Amino acid sequence: MKLSKSYFADERTDDFVEIGQPRPRSDIRGHVTGRTAYFADRTFPGLLHLKMVRSPHHHARIRGIDTSEAEKHPGVARIITAKDVPQNLYTILILIQVGPEDEHVLAEDKVRWKGEAVVAVLAETARAAEEAAAKVKVDYEVLPAVLSIEEALKPDAPIVNEHHGRNYYLYDSGECRKVRFGDAEKGFAQADHILEESYSSGPIEHAPLETSGCIVTPEANGRFTCYTNTQAMFFTLDNASIILQMPGHKLHMVGGTVGGGFGGKVDVTVEPVAILAAKLTGRPVSFIYSREEEMQVSSPRAAEKIVIKDGVMKDGRIVARQVMAYIDAGAYSRHSPYGAQKSAAHFPGPYTIPNVAIDSYCVYTNRTPSSAMRGFGVTIGDFALEVQTDKLARLIGMDPLEFRFINAYRDGDMKAHRQPTEGAALIECMQEASVIAGWPVDERFMKMSSQTREG
Amino acid sequence: MAKVPVQFTLNGSERAEFVESGSTLLAALRDKMGDTSPKGGCLQGTCGACTVMVDGELRLSCLTLAETCNDAQIRTTAGLANGEVLHPLQRAFEDAFAAQCGFCTPGMIMAAAALLERNPNPDRADVVEAISGNVCRCTGYEPIIQAVLLAARANSTSAA
Ligand code: FES
Ligand code: FES
Repeated sequence: MKLSKSYFADERTDDFVEIGQPRPRSDIRGHVTGRTAYFADRTFPGLLHLKMVRSPHHHARIRGIDTSEAEKHPGVARIITAKDVPQNLYTILILIQVGPEDEHVLAEDKVRWKGEAVVAVLAETARAAEEAAAKVKVDYEVLPAVLSIEEALKPDAPIVNEHHGRNYYLYDSGECRKVRFGDAEKGFAQADHILEESYSSGPIEHAPLETSGCIVTPEANGRFTCYTNTQAMFFTLDNASIILQMPGHKLHMVGGTVGGGFGGKVDVTVEPVAILAAKLTGRPVSFIYSREEEMQVSSPRAAEKIVIKDGVMKDGRIVARQVMAYIDAGAYSRHSPYGAQKSAAHFPGPYTIPNVAIDSYCVYTNRTPSSAMRGFGVTIGDFALEVQTDKLARLIGMDPLEFRFINAYRDGDMKAHRQPTEGAALIECMQEASVIAGWPVDERFMKMSSQTREG
Repeated sequence: MAKVPVQFTLNGSERAEFVESGSTLLAALRDKMGDTSPKGGCLQGTCGACTVMVDGELRLSCLTLAETCNDAQIRTTAGLANGEVLHPLQRAFEDAFAAQCGFCTPGMIMAAAALLERNPNPDRADVVEAISGNVCRCTGYEPIIQAVLLAARANSTSAA
């Protein structure tokens, strides 16, 4: 691997020792010998298997739940419904004061997405749990569902989640996260050209090879050990503690190697109910998503709709940007209010634009709750921004790479969300890329620096 | 529920257990015999994480009934190394950075081992074909393909 050191020439005179050198992964020996321990690589005598009964409807009122047939199924040890959960209403980010609580661990009065957890069945074998789960009868009154951002924002749309009272998240600053910098309207007025385009994306599933799950054992000292593949150990510990109304020291969370996560394992969807099951039965419990559940029920990356309006000058400068962004949270908040907030800060991209107005909404629909996935709130935005950037360059007949040099942020530039730019290296990266890709740019761009502005 | 006896050779050792009738070889290996190197990624024959060798043939252990393996010779990734001495494929997977989370690795290595046993000098297309039933979501297939080719080269050099 070639490492360009010239940019650090002032800072480093010695040679790099570690950087640029291949090093084996610390866990590779376990991987190739099959000895790496994942949470499910253990079994316990008397282990019970948990199977979740899930909503077959996008939106429905629950009129009644009848578990009598399921209880009689051979091998069934216990059935758990909403009334067994000490604090059934929760939201993950309440830990950092991002409320309100808007989701039930097990559905009470309503289901708001197809796949929502309703009843947990525990049995001696996975097969018995599955068979018994099929015998649980839930009486649903199907309600009209909202299945897209556009439908959700119509004035007469059904309300997806009563805990919000409207189909979007209400931030402390208002109905969306806003960024205002300079005066976008003035910028558009002075621009030579205006380009408005919209971009949209569907939900994306992480599809880790290891499905989400945990195994819980009740210990002799009254504690519960929870072996889990969560990517968010402390979110899990603290939310489990709230949901179970159990002090944290009773919960011993054991993580380890995660068999692929990509952000899909940061929601708290298996541990609280599995710990509760272990408590109610006094037995070890395993709750592992089937492949179908992983694909259908685990939270995906949010669907997004992004409308970008840019004002650009003939010389290549972007002088104004307005963005309206809508992030589809699905039926519950999970991490999406945060994702939408991140997107708002991100929409100027790595470019210095003097006039910016951004509105990012976190929208509720009767779809699978979306949540974290590699750069959530940012990645889809980047796709939109860079496609937009190419279109802007084409509009004024400029090379798309040269166009990016003109607009690239540099040290000392104030970003729209009021963070001064520091340690920028975009120009230098583009210079390297131009050489490696054989995509030459004008000499004046090759002389630019992130640290100074010419002229 | 009815239990049935299963008896086979696992990585060279005689093993016998009672399992639920209808239980899979994957469940028998993992829950009864303590060999957790085969992984359950889908339990429906689509990911390859549970790949093992039964009498020299590749098998998806999640789709194989344990009771059909009586008297068979079963090999898994856990039995590939000779003590501390790694199998050339294991060494190559380490050297070529062919694993990230590692969940697909034992299945991948078995698929590759079966290839090298029937074709010690595979070309790239052979490797691609051999691992086509094994899903990896982290590493990308290129480092895995390179690792298998590297192992094949290492084998032929040591044989020469
Ligand atoms: S677990 Fe057997 S193919 Fe996926
Ligand atoms: S290394 Fe994670 S699935 Fe292959």
